Order: sequence, then C-alpha cells, then structure tokens
Amino acid sequence: MAVGSPAASQVLIRRTLASSGVDWRGVAFSGFLLFCVVFALAVIAVLVAQVVVRGMPIFTDRGAEFLSANLSSRAGTAGVGQGIAGSLLIAFFVVILAIPIGIMTAVYLEEYAPDNKTTRFIAINIRNLAGVPSVVYGLLGLAIFVPVTRAIEGLIFPDLGGTGRSVVAASITLSALVLPIVIITSAEAIRAVPGAIREAGYGVGASRWQVTRGLVLPSAIPGILTGTILSISRALGETAPLIIIGVSYNFFSTGNRGAVESLFGPFTALPAIVFGWASNPNVDFRELTAAAIVVLLAVTLLANAIAILLRNRYEIKW
Amino acid sequence: MDEAASETASPAAPQINIKVDAGSAVRSTVTSEGASEPPAEPIVEFRDLHFYYDSFRAVKDINIAIEPQKITALIGPSGCGKSTLLRTINRMNDLIPGTRVEGEIRYHQANLYERSVDPVEVRRRIGMVFQKPNPFPKSIYDNVAFGPRVIGYKGNMDELVEHCLRRAALWDDVKDKLKQSGLALSGGQQQRLCIARAIATEPDVILMDEPCSALDPRSTLQIEELMAELKRNFTIIIVTHNMQQAARASDTTVFMTMGDDRAGYVVEQGETVGIFTNPRNQLTEDYVSGRFG
Repeated sequence: MAVGSPAASQVLIRRTLASSGVDWRGVAFSGFLLFCVVFALAVIAVLVAQVVVRGMPIFTDRGAEFLSANLSSRAGTAGVGQGIAGSLLIAFFVVILAIPIGIMTAVYLEEYAPDNKTTRFIAINIRNLAGVPSVVYGLLGLAIFVPVTRAIEGLIFPDLGGTGRSVVAASITLSALVLPIVIITSAEAIRAVPGAIREAGYGVGASRWQVTRGLVLPSAIPGILTGTILSISRALGETAPLIIIGVSYNFFSTGNRGAVESLFGPFTALPAIVFGWASNPNVDFRELTAAAIVVLLAVTLLANAIAILLRNRYEIKW
Repeated sequence: MDEAASETASPAAPQINIKVDAGSAVRSTVTSEGASEPPAEPIVEFRDLHFYYDSFRAVKDINIAIEPQKITALIGPSGCGKSTLLRTINRMNDLIPGTRVEGEIRYHQANLYERSVDPVEVRRRIGMVFQKPNPFPKSIYDNVAFGPRVIGYKGNMDELVEHCLRRAALWDDVKDKLKQSGLALSGGQQQRLCIARAIATEPDVILMDEPCSALDPRSTLQIEELMAELKRNFTIIIVTHNMQQAARASDTTVFMTMGDDRAGYVVEQGETVGIFTNPRNQLTEDYVSGRFG
C-alpha cells in the first residue's frame, strides 16, 4: 500500500476499516432461518393449543374421574384409565425387552464382531429395519406374536380363554419395532467413545469384557439413554400395529384376575383410544378425543423427561 | 547393522555381579562417559523381531536388549516404527486386526509371543502411558483403582491409591478432590494420573509413548523428574520426538530409522551420552545433530 503523509495513510486505513454497508444476503438468510423456527414452533403450538382448548371441558367437568374411568360406549362415562394402564404396561415391557437386547446387539456389533462383510451386511439391514413401516410390524405381531401368546396363555391360564390379543403380544411387537432404533443409537453412542479410553483400559491389563463393562458402556450411557427416549416415545405413540393386533377401543371387562387379566386379557392403549374415539360418529366424543390426546402427550412427555433427567445425570464432559 | 547391547557394552569390572534391584543404586556412582557397569540381565530382549501390518513390514530385524531399572529412549524420524515397536512389547498391536509378529520378545527370558501367553496378563506386568493423556471418565480415585480392581487386588485400596498418587507426584494436588473427575485436571496432571494408573497394577516395565508431546515445558520437566524417580523400581522405555528430552532424561538411547522398503530398523543402541556426543553411525550423527529428520 502506498504511504503518503501520515494523515493520508490514516484516512486510508480508516476507509478500509469502515463497514461496507449492510450484508443483505446475510440478513435475508438469518431472517429465513428465524422464519423456519417460528413456523415449526407455531405448528406445534397451534396443535397443542387446539387440543387443550377442546379437551378442557372434560378436565374441568370430570377431572380425575376421566383419568381413571374405563372405556364405554357412552360419552358421559368413557375414560382413559385402561388406556393409561395399557400404555404404561406396554412401555414398561418394551423397556425391559428391547433396551437390553438392543444394547447387547450394539455391543456385539461394535466391540466383538469382526469387521467383515457379514457384520456390515447385518448393520446395514438393521438400519433398513428402522425404516420399515409400523403396519408391517403389526402384521408380524398378528402372524407370530399373537398366536404364540395365545398358546402360552392357554397353557398357563386355560380358564382365561384368552385370544392372544393382549398387552404381552403388543409389547413384543412394539419391542421388535423399536429394537432397530435402540441398536442404531446405542451403536453410535458406543462408537463415539474415544479409542484412547479402550487403549487405556487394555493398557492396565483389562480384558475385553472388563473394558466393555467398566469403561465403554458407562461412557456410552448418555447416548444409549437418548435411544431409549426415542424408543419409549415411539412405543407410546404407535397406533397401527396395535390396531392390527386387535386392540380394544370399546368397553371391555377388566375381569377379576388382576395382573393376569391385564397382561393376557383384552387391552387398550392411549393412541388406540384416540383413534377409536376420533372415528366415533357420535359428536360427544370430539371433546373426549381432544382430552385423550392431551393425556397421551402428557404421558409421553413425562416418560421423556424422566429419561432426559437420567441422561443428564450420567453425562460426561470429555 | 545393530548388535545386541549386551554384547557391545564395555567389559569393565566383569566380576561385580549386580542384582537386578540393586542396579540403579550402583549405577548412579558410575558417571564417566564410556565406562559402564557390566550389563545386567536384560529385562526385555528383542530377537530377530519383524512386525507386519498385513503384508507391509513396518519394523524389521530388531535385536536389542533393554536393561532393567534404566530409562531407554527410542528416537528416530517420524514413521520409522518407534511407537509400533514399543507397542509390540505389551502386545498392544494385537488389538489392531491384520498385524503380525515374527521373532521373539523375551521378558524375563520368557517369549511374550508364545502361543500360551495371554496378552492381558502381559499388559498387567508391562504398563503403558500414552501420547495424549487419556484418563478414564471416572473419578481420580477410580482412575487409579481401575487396574487393581480388574486384576482382583484384595488389599487396602485407599492406601494403594494414595501410594500410587504419591509416587506419581500428584497426591498433594488431588488429595482433597479424589472424587472429582480425572478429566477436570490440567494436561500435566492428567498425564501424571495416567502414570499413577499405570503403576497401580505394579508392573516392572512402563512403556511411554511420547508422554510429553501434548504437554507444556513445565509439565514436561515434571514428568521427566518423575521418570528419574520411578526408575528406581521400574524399567522405563520411552518413545520421544524430542531429542533434548532423550538426552536429558534417558540412560540408554536406541536410534531407529527406516530403510528403502520403509521398514523401520535399529541403527544404533548405546549409552545416551555416547549416542549424542560420539555416535558410531553416520545416520545417527546426522539425526542427533539435526541434519536429518
């Protein structure tokens, strides 16, 4: 740069430092990003607001009674008690079935399986399974899990006369549905554990099992819990497989067998109730549908909140 | 090319039979260049060792002996196989698929690559400190206790942890925060924690793979002081890129380079003072004087 008098060079520097005007493209881009955020949030807000407003009369008029009442064909007495129980039971069994199997599969694929074509083929197909429509899993449940459940409960409780269309069959079906999600997220969490940690473990004389159990899994827990959150939400919200298996959305007797009946007898779940009530021609069920949606959202958010709290507890800052 | 050190070392005072654990005490009285005590029985000995990544021979014709209770530095240009060679000693390379070893490494006369040898057992006796400090994402206490726990240590764990942290010159820094994460420490402290972790299983050899390359000069000096302290009980083999570090901190230096086939080999092994002031081989002289590498 040419240097003239000190004053002249000062002017030159000031000119180069001066703002070259507004970056309109940048402004437009950030404005567009903001619009996307607002749009996404607005859609959710409108949906939630609508169901809350429509369902509110049910909560104000009936309150806790609505939450505990059984299914009924009369709008005035129908409630979601059996749905909450069914959904929580299903979620519980999905957690104890799918999570351990999913984590073990992920551990095997990431830590134990040799890196060869077979392993890669399996890993790719697990990803494909995660994309299979849930209706297909419903058919799998109807074709396999329902008859198997029927046969087993026929052996254990022959007097129950169960059809196999039960919480047990639904839980197994939904476990199969969420299993790929658990495997994929767990495998990613395990892969994200730095190799240096494994080396350090082997370096002090730990065996593969000790490294996996003592170092890799604890470090991967936050990521694994993320997969758990996703799978619980999915299991709580899935409707199609339940309908195909044969969920009830009209009155059914809870019977007098307690836990046995609720596991092997007829069952229902919140999303199925929403579906059943929404397709009910009786206008009185509109408010009920909205109220059931609110309960479903609340249960899902609650389950997620618990999992997120757990995840944050185990979070590791590298 | 290279000859086993035990054969090339000076034959002075052959009568004195130095016991392994008395070696360092006697050695410290010997200072003058060239004159050295008679060779102790090597603790680690390479015999015609070749190392392969699949079909690529990364290291070849290794015939060196590591003396107990000394600090042996492995130096040489990047990519000459120093770290690979170091990792053959505790069979760390076994974890990499497709690697293969030919020849023998003898540890207390036993071949580490015999079929019956369990690499896990090898690593319990030959500890390792890595290039980047890699404490476990656990508390300081659990970092040290992890090794003893996996080998089923039955004694007083609190005492062992304190003992190891003291030996790693870390106790005073961390005694009030043993429950805190090891990852919250500074880089130099983390590396000393890794050293405490490595000595907790009571190995007799400690491998250090460029332990100071991620540390500032002050922490580096602390680690070097610590090494000088630790060699009373441990044999230390250190890979370093830093020639001043090799000159300052080691007793014996092994200079490696790579041949035209890109396989690393040992050019020269000898007392550090000799390697740096009076190398026998032109390649060594070029390297230590900074003309190459």
